[in-house]
Formats: sequence, structure tokens, C-alpha cells
Amino acid sequence: MLNPTLHRRALLGGALAAGGGAAISALFPQWARAQTAHLPAGGADALTGEEIALSIARTPFTLGGRTGSATTVNGTLPGPLIRLREGQDVRLSVTNHLDVDSSIHWHGLLVPFQMDGVPGVTFPGIRPNETFRYGFPIRQSGTYWYHSHSGGQEGTGLIGPIVIDPAAGERVHADREMIVMLSDWSFMTPMEILRKLKAQPDYFNYQQQAWFEAPSGKPMSVADKLKWGRMRMSPSDIADVTGATYTYLVNGQGPDANWTGLFRPGERVRLRVINSSAMTIFNLRIPGLPLTVVAADGSDVKPVETDEIQIGVAETYDLIVTPDDRAYTLFAESVDRSGYARGTLAPRAGMTAPIPPLRKPPLLTMKDMGMGGMAGMAGMSGMDHAMNHGADGGMKMHGSMSMRDPANAPGVALTPGVDMIAPMPVDRTGDRGLGLDGVKHRVLVYTDLEAPEPRHDISPPTREIVVHLTGNMERYMWSFDGRRFSEIVEPIRLARDERVRFKLVNETMMTHPIHLHGFLFDLVNGKGDRLPKKHTVNVLPGGFVAFDLTADEPGDWAFHCHLLLHMMSGMFNVVTVRPLDGGAA
Amino acid sequence: MKQALAIPAALAAALWLTPALAQSPSHDGHGMSGMDMPGMKDSPAAEPSDAKPDAMQGMDHSGHTMTMDASPMHAMPMKSDGAIPQSPPPPAAQSGPAHAADAFYPDGEMAHAREMVTHEMGGLKTTVVMVDRLEAQTGKGGGSWAWEGALRTGGDIDRLWIKTEGEGELDGGIDDSEVQALWGHAIGPWFDLQAGVRQQFMPGPDRTQLSVGVEGLAPYMFDISAEAFVSTQGEFTAKIGAEIDQRLTQRLILQPRVEANLSAQDVPEIGLGAGVTSLQTGVRLRYEFRREFAPYVGVEWQKQFGRTADYTRADGGNADRVVALVGLRAWF
Repeated sequence: MLNPTLHRRALLGGALAAGGGAAISALFPQWARAQTAHLPAGGADALTGEEIALSIARTPFTLGGRTGSATTVNGTLPGPLIRLREGQDVRLSVTNHLDVDSSIHWHGLLVPFQMDGVPGVTFPGIRPNETFRYGFPIRQSGTYWYHSHSGGQEGTGLIGPIVIDPAAGERVHADREMIVMLSDWSFMTPMEILRKLKAQPDYFNYQQQAWFEAPSGKPMSVADKLKWGRMRMSPSDIADVTGATYTYLVNGQGPDANWTGLFRPGERVRLRVINSSAMTIFNLRIPGLPLTVVAADGSDVKPVETDEIQIGVAETYDLIVTPDDRAYTLFAESVDRSGYARGTLAPRAGMTAPIPPLRKPPLLTMKDMGMGGMAGMAGMSGMDHAMNHGADGGMKMHGSMSMRDPANAPGVALTPGVDMIAPMPVDRTGDRGLGLDGVKHRVLVYTDLEAPEPRHDISPPTREIVVHLTGNMERYMWSFDGRRFSEIVEPIRLARDERVRFKLVNETMMTHPIHLHGFLFDLVNGKGDRLPKKHTVNVLPGGFVAFDLTADEPGDWAFHCHLLLHMMSGMFNVVTVRPLDGGAA
Repeated sequence: MKQALAIPAALAAALWLTPALAQSPSHDGHGMSGMDMPGMKDSPAAEPSDAKPDAMQGMDHSGHTMTMDASPMHAMPMKSDGAIPQSPPPPAAQSGPAHAADAFYPDGEMAHAREMVTHEMGGLKTTVVMVDRLEAQTGKGGGSWAWEGALRTGGDIDRLWIKTEGEGELDGGIDDSEVQALWGHAIGPWFDLQAGVRQQFMPGPDRTQLSVGVEGLAPYMFDISAEAFVSTQGEFTAKIGAEIDQRLTQRLILQPRVEANLSAQDVPEIGLGAGVTSLQTGVRLRYEFRREFAPYVGVEWQKQFGRTADYTRADGGNADRVVALVGLRAWF
């Protein structure tokens, strides 16, 4: 049993003063502190071995001179690094010192379903003052993370990194490694943020197109204003929760604290980047430094070089960088560009590099409206052209009328929770993320990802399951196929060992990072027998993405949008795989 | 008498039209670029999915963008969309227990947890108190004040509304006020049907009414409402309103607003004449220090018509005036 008296670290650990004096919250685990010479990441306080104890509690968290209450693991935000080895067994005893139920889910880990940590799906949850003992063999390697699956606690700090060292050694050599855990922090609770969104969906959006302001840099014509108005939609609806309330963190530290990772010039540094945000998709770049992607969602990929990555919530990327004798800014801009997380990679403590300015916020395009079948990036202005060639003399665009045609999405319940059906969604697997179309440098797309070797476990799927991602921004409702999980929906049923294709069709104007528990699925991105494995996939607005999987993990698995408040608004379901072990009938 | 019929008819039309506006799916989708779309999207036959329009090429004026291009996506035999049937799950998928976790935990533990998670993922209830208008008005005939607000509590689809509005003299008490208790039910993506009870408090006799209405967001972002009332005395009245937020900057918002009241019959004892009884049309300019806290200034034309105006004038009141106003919009 763990001693419930939590270990509190002193304010301002010495190494943290490097960032230039911003007051820093106390409680960082060793791995998240400014990286010193220790290697690998995590150093002395990484939790390793077969017996690991974790303790969940409320802990004061200070940021920018303000103190709030965080939900922490072993007293720190983010939680301690759990460092395991492929092939070992691990037992994790998790004690809940909160006055509410809690849980920990091992995101991306292949575990027996009853160890997956989703209350109400795989176990009852961990009650106050109870200890739950998770135990499972480690069957994989790579960068993963853990978070609560209860009551929005992942939005209040219950997050932490997992690194699993491969039994056969890393495929790609690195001299040093660092964990870069991106997250978003608000002094408002997730529940209060959700309540505000239900009251006013654009509550946090201060980058809207206005008569005297065009944050995007592109004033809208009256005609465009009218078109969007007719649809009852907003072209600036990029992120629900923004820098208006969020501070974006690198390893638990705000931009002013300037988390710093130290390297020796010429070293190959492996950055294990984890987006552990509640609601924030990031554009990550390190100006002056090309990024070589060597793993996605924990699984190795054929190394591919890029300059910028849009990383969805819950995705992880391992990057190799080879920095020179200078400082670099690690810059993670929120997708709506209302703020950024920032750190520094430097050869010596105390160095900084210029912080790039935030780029202008993007606007949604015609493709994002689900009209990608009609044109490229012409935006709204091109629409009339395209629409005047219809058989009946044109689209006429009766506003939203043609934007909610049930014939375009059989299988969707046209409930009040569905404000649009994308008229012509297209395959967006190979598209750059929202707002990155016009960027001059290289941007990672899913079709860049490829397994390092031909895979022999890939076969053609025998059936396809189409899942429509649906929502209503005005009511702030989110769902699959038009039904919130609270409406008692039919689970998605798979037969054991069958090979299925999931096609995720995004009928909304927002990007959704969709996560399936219990599997590493094969992203259908045109790479034949080298499909990359993932556990979370960004589906761009008005587009679709497909993945295949072999249903070889019996049990019940959560399936949801990893934007926390989308999940809590109903974008959640369960995937069942039967029969179970032991021939239960 | 003609009016007596016209008003309910107009209201019925309004009630019927609003949801229709709100959700009637159009079937002109096939007009899109001459594409025959309905049913194509997920039909096993063919998918427009294989169209990967060349972004750099700009607009395709022919509208025939559904050409198979030579993108790498098509080099892969497995990517033959439509070749994979969307068949139901094999029988084995239906075998075994409904909930796998039940085998590991005592009876009841999982059932309770399932209830919790089901509620948590979409079933959350929220409560919001809105003060739409709390304002002082000055114009011909002296100063007055007015309020309009609501409490809304419940889920996404079903909600309880408590609405109140009223007005009074700045130097006196309250002239007219009302409270409504309504059940609201979502009837489309943008509109709620609201039904319940309305209690009016007036200088003359009070009125208790049955209230039925719709409220929601119309195309072009107009917030509109249409309510019909029938009193315990059998009198038909109605109220329609519309407002729109014009965002001048991120925090400065101009809100034109119009509200009209109607009556199907003369009701002398409460000063109502048949027809359109009153119209308030105005504009308010608010500054959102926070979303929940926005003081405003504005101007409003308050006009009464026909017999209603006659009753008001006979009573020494103003049937036609323009007021300057200052107020607060807030919610929590």
C-alpha cells in the first residue's frame, strides 16, 4: 500500500530556473524538468519494473502566478513516466485519494479488456480510497500515455507518459531522448467549460470574422457572410476551447517557463511527442530543424522528414532531430492559433531562440464543408461557379437545405443533434491538417506514414462499417451516426478474428481525433502491405478516413472522439468482440 | 371577426413553417455539379470518394470532378471502395454475454457503472440563467425600466424554461409583467417547441394562459420566437420576435431586435384591441467585457396600434414613443 502522504517537491527546482524566471509550478516529475544530461528520459524517478504504485489525488497547481487544483498522479502534473520493457509483465496498483471515482486508461496499450480502465465499459471504476490492481503483459513497444477516463479528470491534469523499450532494441539509433508532452490547462473545470459551450457555443472564440475585424486576414465579402449565415455556421469555428481560457503546456510548463531540453551539438535526439490535451490539436514545429518522424502512435514507421506536424489529441509521434550548436524553439501552435505551447532545445541552460509569431487563424473552406467533391481549395467564392452547372440550372444553395440531405448519409439518424450532412465528402487521408494548406514548408500527412517492413498480418477486410461523425455546434451536441451514447445505442459488434474496415465519415465542420481502445489498427493510406499502425486518427471536416483491423482482442472496447468535451457530449460508443475467451456463450 | 381567424391561422403557419425551415431536408442535392448524389455516398456501387480533386487546379467549371485520377490511393488494390460489402456482423458477433465485464465483477457493480457512463457521455444536464435585457429607458412621458430573462435547465433535447419579462416606471412600481413555465423540446437542429403556462400581472385583471411556441435560430442567424397564448377567459393572443447579433469586433456587438404582440379580439379590461397591438423595434450596442457581462446602449421605437393605442391614450399613457436606453445583458 502506498503511503497516502504525497511527496511534494519544492518550488522552483533548480533546473527550471533556466527559462528566464517565470514563476513555475512546483510539481514536476524528474522527466519533465529541464532535461539535463541523464539518459534515457525519466532518469531516476521513472517508474519501472513489475510492480508500480500510482496514487491519484488533488494537488495545488500554480501557473502564471495563479494556483488552481489539479488531479495528479503521485503528486505531479504530468504524472510520472512509466518506463517498461517489451515482454515483461507489469502490475500497476492505482489508489484513488479523490472524493470521487477515478480510473486510469493506458492509451494505446494492448491489454486484456478488463484492464483497459474505462468505467462502465471494462470495470466499475476506482472508488474513493480504493486501490485497483491492473496487471498485464507488455506486448509492444513505443511511446504511449495514460490518462483518467472519469469525469473529465484528464482535463484537470491526470495525464502521464509511457515509454516501452523494444526487446530487440530501437530500430533507429538516438544519442539522447526527451519526452515532449503537450497539454492544455484551464482554471475552469472541464464541466464548467462544457456548460459554457452549451450556453454559447462560440464562448471561447475571439477570432471570429467581424464587420471591422478579420483575424484570418481575409475580410469576408457580404456574399460569403450571407452564405455562412444561411447555413447557420461559422467559418471561424476551428476550435471549441481556445487560448481565451487555455494555457498550453510543454511537460506541464507554460510558454514563459520555457521548458528546456539540453543536448550536445551533433547528437541525434529522439523526441517522444505526446498530445495529451483535453481539447487542443497542435501544429508542431521547431524552426530551423527538420523533423524525422520515426514512429507514429508508438509503432515504428519508415523515417520520413518533414517540417511541421498537426498532431491530434491523443496521437504520439517520435521524431529524430539533429540540432547544431544553437538554441531552437519547440513551437506547438493551437490549431486555431489562439495560443501556443513552447519549449527550447539548447546546448546550454539559459539559452533561448526567437519565438515565431502566431500565424493568422484559418478559415474553413469548401472542402471542410463537405463539398470537396466539387472543387479544390477555392473556398466559398468558388461555390457559385460550381453550382451553376447543375442539371436544374444550379444549386441555388437554399442555405442549409442541401447541407442536410439524408440521402447523403444513410444510417444517420437525422436527430436534432445533427446540423449538417456533408454533401460530398472526399477521402482526406492525404490532406494536410486544417489551416496548413498554404504553408510553404513540408507538412506531414497520413499518406507519408508507412510501416518500415512489409507486413504479413494484413489481409483484405471482409466487410465495411461506416461510422458517421455527427454534431450540432449550436446545441453543442456530438455523436456517431446522429445518436449520443446516452441515448442507449447499439454497440458496434465484431466477430472474433474477422477482418473489418472502419470508414469514418466526418459530417461536421470540425476535425475529430477518433480513438479505438484495445487495438492498433491499420490506417488505410495506400501503402499496400506497409500500412502504418495507429490508435487514434484525425478525421478532417467534410472528409473520410478508413482503417482496417483484425478483431483478435475479445471484449468490450471504448470508441470515441478524443476531444474530451465531444466525448462527454455523446461522441462515444462501444465496440464488442465476441465470442469471449473460455467459449462463453 | 375576420381577425379572430387570421391570427391563429398566421400563428399556425408560423409554427408549422419554422420547424420546416429548420429541418426540412431538401432534395435538390442532385443539383450539385450535375452529380447524381443521393445514395451514392455509402452505396456499395460507387463512391465519389475516389475523386481526389487536384487542389492546385482550382475550379472545375464543368462540374465533373468525379474522375478517377492517378493518385497513389488507387495504386492499391485494397482501396477499391465498394468492393467491401457493408454486411451485418457475422452471427458469432452476437454470441456471448451482452457485457463482457460482468464476468469479472459482482452483479450490480457494472450495472451501476454503466448507468453512470451512459449518462456521462451525452446525458449531462446544464443550467443557465440568462438576463437578456435589464434596462432603463428614457423618452416622451418619462423614464421606465424593463427586463427580460430566463432560466433554462435540462439536457440537450428536453428542458425546463422559466421565462420572465416586464416593465415599470422608474419612479414607480411594475406596470406589466409575466412569468412563463415551459417545457421545451428540440424539434430540429435549431428549434425548440415550448409549451406550458403563462401568468400575466397587469394593472387590470391578471391573466393565466396556456402558452405554445417555437424558439430557435433561423437561416441568416436570426434568433426568432413565435408564441401563441390562450387565456382561461378564452382569449387568443400571440407574440413574435426576432433579433440578430451583428459582430462589429470580437466584443462589440450590434443587436437589431423586433417584437410584435397580437390579439385576436378586443379585451377592453386589459387594454387590448384586436390585431397587432404593439410593436417594439430597436437596436442595442453591447460590449462584452466577458461573454456573461455586457452593458449596452440603444434606442427603441415603441408603438401601439388601433384600439390598443386608444385604450392607452385614454389611460394617459404613450402609444407611440422613441426611447433611449442603457442596460445590461448578463448570464451565469
